[in-house]
Amino acid sequence: MRAPSFRWHAATSLADAARALAAGGPRALLLGGGTDVVPAIKRRQYVPELLISLRQVAELGRLEPHGASLRIGAGVRLGALAADDRLGVGHTALRRAAGVVASPHIRNVATLGGNLCLDTRCNYYNQSLEWRRAVDYCMKAPAGVALAAPAGGTCWVAPGSPRCWAVSQTDCAPALIALGASVTLVSAEGQRTLPLADLYRDDGMTWLTRRPDELLAWVDVPAAARSTYWKLRRRGSFDFPVLGVAAAVELAGDVVTAARVVLGAVASHPVVVPTESLLGRPLGDDAIAAFAELATRLAKPLDNTDYQLGWRKRVTRAYVVGALRELRGDDPALLGVLARRQAALIPA
Amino acid sequence: MNIIGKPRRRVDGRAKVTGQTRFADDLTLPRMLWCRLLRSHLPHARVDGVDTAAAAAARGVKLVLTGADFPIPYGILPVSQDEHALAQERVRFVGDPVAAVIATSEEAAQAAVQLLAPRYTPLTTISDAHDALATPAPQLHTYAEVGNLHKRVGFEFGDVDASFASAPHVFDDSFFYQGNTHLPIEQHATLAAVDGDGKLTVWSSTQTPHYLHRALAKALAMPAAHIRVIATPNGGGFGGKSDPFHHEIVVAGAALRTGRPVKICLSREEVFYCHRGRHPVDMRLRTATDACGKILAMDLETLLDGGAYGSYGVASTFYTGALQTVTYEIPRYRFRGARAFTNKPPCGPKRGHGTPQPRFAQEVQLDKIAVALGRNPADLRLEQLCKPNSLTANYMRVGTIGLGRCIDAVVEGSRFRERWGKLPRGRGLGIACSSYLCGAGLPIYWNKLPHSGVQLKLDRSGGVTAFCGATEIGQGSDDVLAGLVAEVLGIDPFDIRVVTGDTDLGPVDLGSYSSRVTLMMGNAALEAAGRARELIASAVAAELQLPVARLGFAERRVFDLEEPTRGLSFADAVIAAETRHGTLGTVGSYRPPDSAARYKGGGVGPSPAYSYSAAVIEVEVCPDTGWLDVTQVWIGHDIGRSLNPASVRGQVEGSVYMGLGEALMEESAFRRLPPKRSDALVHKFPSLLEYKSPTTREMPPCTTYLIEDPDPQGPLGAKEVGQGPLLPIMPAVANAVFDAVGVRVDEVPITPEKIVRALEEAARGRPARVGPTGFPDVGWPEPLRVAPPWEGGDGKAANETPRRPRPDKDAKDKQVPR
Ligand SMILES: Cc1cc2nc3c(=O)[nH]c(=O)nc-3n(C[C@H](O)[C@H](O)[C@H](O)COP(=O)(O)OP(=O)(O)OC[C@H]3O[C@@H](n4cnc5c(N)ncnc54)[C@H](O)[C@@H]3O)c2cc1C
Repeated sequence: MRAPSFRWHAATSLADAARALAAGGPRALLLGGGTDVVPAIKRRQYVPELLISLRQVAELGRLEPHGASLRIGAGVRLGALAADDRLGVGHTALRRAAGVVASPHIRNVATLGGNLCLDTRCNYYNQSLEWRRAVDYCMKAPAGVALAAPAGGTCWVAPGSPRCWAVSQTDCAPALIALGASVTLVSAEGQRTLPLADLYRDDGMTWLTRRPDELLAWVDVPAAARSTYWKLRRRGSFDFPVLGVAAAVELAGDVVTAARVVLGAVASHPVVVPTESLLGRPLGDDAIAAFAELATRLAKPLDNTDYQLGWRKRVTRAYVVGALRELRGDDPALLGVLARRQAALIPA
Repeated sequence: MNIIGKPRRRVDGRAKVTGQTRFADDLTLPRMLWCRLLRSHLPHARVDGVDTAAAAAARGVKLVLTGADFPIPYGILPVSQDEHALAQERVRFVGDPVAAVIATSEEAAQAAVQLLAPRYTPLTTISDAHDALATPAPQLHTYAEVGNLHKRVGFEFGDVDASFASAPHVFDDSFFYQGNTHLPIEQHATLAAVDGDGKLTVWSSTQTPHYLHRALAKALAMPAAHIRVIATPNGGGFGGKSDPFHHEIVVAGAALRTGRPVKICLSREEVFYCHRGRHPVDMRLRTATDACGKILAMDLETLLDGGAYGSYGVASTFYTGALQTVTYEIPRYRFRGARAFTNKPPCGPKRGHGTPQPRFAQEVQLDKIAVALGRNPADLRLEQLCKPNSLTANYMRVGTIGLGRCIDAVVEGSRFRERWGKLPRGRGLGIACSSYLCGAGLPIYWNKLPHSGVQLKLDRSGGVTAFCGATEIGQGSDDVLAGLVAEVLGIDPFDIRVVTGDTDLGPVDLGSYSSRVTLMMGNAALEAAGRARELIASAVAAELQLPVARLGFAERRVFDLEEPTRGLSFADAVIAAETRHGTLGTVGSYRPPDSAARYKGGGVGPSPAYSYSAAVIEVEVCPDTGWLDVTQVWIGHDIGRSLNPASVRGQVEGSVYMGLGEALMEESAFRRLPPKRSDALVHKFPSLLEYKSPTTREMPPCTTYLIEDPDPQGPLGAKEVGQGPLLPIMPAVANAVFDAVGVRVDEVPITPEKIVRALEEAARGRPARVGPTGFPDVGWPEPLRVAPPWEGGDGKAANETPRRPRPDKDAKDKQVPR
């Protein structure tokens, strides 16, 4: 497959990138590592008029302490991020999430910014133009191309539904939300900072609250006392998550004082699970079980990724239980096959 | 022996690991044009026309071709010449080629394809074999035997019903084996060019240059003698490059029309549309046993979902029954099989061709029999293995059989007897066995010619060149050729230049399929090398004044066995021979022995020899989520003799890997949109990312035992290893899952979802299994009745009707299987 032709701008600074983006209009597209954008262009999901490469923007490549947080630039590569020793124990969720994206080759090019802005995905949408023509396209790209999509088309995942159900399959977003990260967006007009959770919308077609003229500059990541990330995928490499469970807790003795649990890949956005029921008491088996029940109810997997949706829902329960037991300090050897899979595949 | 039997570097290895091997996609020629195809976006439609004007006028476009340019049908089997290079009046699946654009660049060709405007009238979509049974009209092909059933076959060897009526136990199970695809890393590519004198050369990633040669001659209406096919080294084939393909014929036609070289490289998605992969098969297997589980009779029904065209499908259908008999003694056997046409990419031969599906059924059912009768499944198998040098109920001639030793090896290695049935819940062991052909006894078109030929050229440089039509598809056939010739002539395999896969330069070899190359090319190579050795020996004997019998060939010398310092270097020996005999060249050829099966259809299954394999697999299963990990594999393979043990191990372990993919995750899944809203039927995920195939992460430790029991039919005793070791893997996984959590997944792939479903069934007090609950009514015709050898049979059918005369076919194009 060959890409159609486009104009190319290699931005030299954050300001230059923001200017080019504002000038480029709706058919301009930012390029981080390009690991998602380039295949999507070949499949004609996007036919951009202008590509703005962020590769040479030095400001985006920084990773440094910022107050009590870590400030991680949008241009930091996932492979480098997962291996960076400035990430402490409290950042385990992020280290793990970044370390299990795709494959080593892809992590060597993929950026954090691209991962957080990753387009929602769907088995009806991540296909070639010819394939999509065979199903008469879908709501996300009714005339074949998603960028500047006109309205119309059917969502084949739930025909009759007025919305698009494409799935948020970024690994890092749930992990960073669980850690309480905030994100800073920059445009030619200025910049704004918001909790990372607020970057996402429950909408397969307009999945970000980012304005078209804004680019993601960095995230600020506080450390939690303990955090983890469990990823479900069929194979030990390459595959996007079909379920991600990110969890972070603060403990006073064995009593939970703060907790954040976020589910990935079971909706069009990362799903933040309310954790009130966990607070003020130890992570006992009953509390974990009841919480896992709640989380499972919030998970809304549909038939548009790998694996059957009912089974993904079932594993949500097992994963939430497993992740919380891991945070409680249970011996991983007792957590069963699925847990060993996490441990075996994830760099420490 | 100096070379054979020792693990050594393959002759083609260095070029491959250093990136120097030139695959079809690496070739470019001056003034080369590029081709892209327009493929149907509808699963089934009448083609009312293609408006080509805009595409033809687009920048860089040199030629636009449609069905009208390729009116002659072709197909790999003489009985199903149902393909055209570009669609005629009908498209039959999403991906069926309709038109072609030839342009100065790939981009220009692709852009112009978008400008082609085909006009279609949609027809009813037929999604699978059950749908085909229920929907006899519209027919996909008017030549189908009935409705949308392409072909039905049936045989009965002895009175099966009588055996069932009196048997102490009858086991009756239904299975479903999902389709999957070959997934070679190299995508198909072809380059065609016309020489100065008007002859055509086609370079292609094909496993069967000889069959492609024939198809090109037919479809282009050109003398075969004016066509040269060069099979470039294949980056994997596994059966997926064994048919003549649309794109090959289109670029050849385009090169002839433009006078310029024309190239095409398929995208991964297009490779999924070429397919010819594993047929999805519904099966019902009934087995009658005595009190201890010894088989008295077997009754097998299979229904294959063939996809949109014939391909090798008729042979595949026969293969779902033919090899059930060569593993265990089956005194009476009935087999009925049918293949349906559906609106999907055509199925064909994938590693194991037609046999993994019934093998899965048989080996899983044997496990059920063992459990039901309280027997150890290893013993149950050992007690009823076929006898060496015997005839089976369906007249397959079994030679050596090392299966008992394979079973012993894996049982011991895995401590199966001590551990099976005794591991804690969630862990389990499973065993399964299999057998496979070492080459089909018959070619795909009827003839009595050699199946493989080898030609050697030796000259005064001491150089030896081996020519053969065989095709290197990564399996190591070039190395087998060099190794055997080197062994006979006492030189090093790296001294030999191997010229293969070229229809102009080498004698015919039928191709790299049916595990035939090592045995057939190997025997031809031994004959050619033996003759060369005789020529050299007679000359050296005269020069040294010694009897020929006293000469040895080793370490690049020809010498006196009794006084080894006396002798000539190999190069001097060749000079002596050329001086004495003139220009040196020898040939060897091979044709398999005639089959004992003399009934119609008995042509599929006979082979000069059969290989055997046994595997034990250990799994861990999460009883809550059904998550399944394969933790260890032990596999024994009866290889006859390992010509190069390093290559043999590679094939065994590669088969294990591919088998695990089929067992655990691979599936050619299709999506039928809600029929009320759409006729669409699409491959669910024609991509390397979403068509799930294992990575190195999923490959468990694998212990391989090579069992050597040289078979007199094989070259130096060698049997096949390319396909057989795949076969026991899928049933061994299924059996291990049962041992781990007590549920049966009577389907492939065996996924966590299915395990959970079976566990839920069990929790509700229902049978602890998932899988089909019955077998559809196919409307079987009367089977051919053939008495088994031990019931006085002579290999002929009692109720065979004389063959219908086929005036439209010339004699040499007769149907095979007979
Ligand atoms: C085989 C394969 C497997 C994959 N598996 C996974 C997986 O397991 N988990 C996973 O999360 N992802 C996976 N991916 C997707 C992708 O590789 C990653 O998400 C990666 O992190 C994307 O980063 P990138 O820099 O390559 O993004 P790009 O492809 O460059 O961009 C992705 C999107 O982000 C936008 N963008 C990039 N940078 C910015 C910025 N600074 N501000 C605003 N918008 C921006 C782009 O315009 C584009 O819309 C996989 C991809 C492939 C090809």
